[in-house]
Amino acid sequence: MKAKIIITQKKAVLDPQGKTVQTALEHMGYTGVTGVHIGKYIEIDLAPGTDKAAAEKALNDAAHKLLSNPVIEDYRLEIE
Amino acid sequence: MNFSVLQFPASNCDQDAVHAVRLLGHSARLVWHKDSSLGDTDVVIVPGGFSYGDYLRCGAIARFSPVMQAVKQFADNGGLVLGICNGFQVLTEAGLLPGALIRNRDLQFHCENIFLKTATPDSPFTSQIPAGKILRVPIAHGEGCYFADEETLAKLKANNQILWQYCDATGNLTDTANPNGALQNIAGICNERRNVAGLMPHPERVCEPLLGSDDGKWIFESIFAALKNKTVAQAA
Repeated sequence: MKAKIIITQKKAVLDPQGKTVQTALEHMGYTGVTGVHIGKYIEIDLAPGTDKAAAEKALNDAAHKLLSNPVIEDYRLEIE
Repeated sequence: MNFSVLQFPASNCDQDAVHAVRLLGHSARLVWHKDSSLGDTDVVIVPGGFSYGDYLRCGAIARFSPVMQAVKQFADNGGLVLGICNGFQVLTEAGLLPGALIRNRDLQFHCENIFLKTATPDSPFTSQIPAGKILRVPIAHGEGCYFADEETLAKLKANNQILWQYCDATGNLTDTANPNGALQNIAGICNERRNVAGLMPHPERVCEPLLGSDDGKWIFESIFAALKNKTVAQAA
C-alpha cells in the first residue's frame, strides 16, 4: 500500500520558482502556458493490510502537522 | 542572566549567539536539541543555521525536537524567546509566531548587510534601541520572505507586533531595500503577548566594533533591560 501526498502552495503565496519556470517555457517557445505552480510530492509506503480509513486519518493528521504547513500550503492525499 | 542557546543538528550561529551574550556581560550555555528541559533559564535563543538540513521546510523538523516542547512551555509561562534567522523559521513552524518564511523572491541566497528600522520600542526586544536609529545588520538566508495572510497581517499591525522592517540607509521602507520580498518589508515580529520574537537578520554577529558594527547589541541590551525590570518587579 502506498500513500501519495501532493503539496502545493496556496494561491496567495508568492511562487518565484513557478514564475521563473513559466518564463523559461515561454522563452523556449511553448505557448498558452498561463501559470506554473511548483509543489512537492511525498510517497509513503504502508505495511500490507493497513486499514485504509485509519491510515487516511493518521496521514491527514501528519500532513497537517508536519508534511505541509497550512499557513502557506495545501495538500491532497491519495491512498492506493 | 542566563541565556539558553538551542543547538540542533546543523545549527551554525549557536556559538556566535553564546559569544555575543557573554561579551555583553551575561551567561549563556548551549542546550542540545534532545534535552527535554531548559534548566535555569531567563531567555531562550533559537539560533540561525540549517537545522535538520532544512529538509521538508526550514524549521519543520526542529519544531518537533524534545527541546522545542520545553521552549513552548517556557514561552507559555511568559519566558522571553528570540529566534534568529533559522530560529525565526522554527518559531513560525512551531506556531509560536504567526506567518511563515518562504523562498526569497529572486530565488537567491542573500548574504549582505542590510538596514533595519525599528517599528516600535514597545517590546522586550526593542526598548533600548535609540529612537530613530537605523541598525546595520547582516542577513544570510535563502528563505526569508515573510508571508502571512491578510487577516494575520492586519492583526500584526493592529497589535503593533511588527518590530523591524527593512529600509534604506535613511530609514525609508522602499522595495529596493527589501532583500527578499517580505510583505511590508517585515524583518522581524513578536507574538501578541510580546514575549516571543523572531527576525531574519543576525544581531549576534554585530555586537562589537571589531566586527564592523555593534548595532546588534541594542537588541540584546533591550532583553537585559526587560529582564532587569522583571526582576525588580518581582522583588517589589
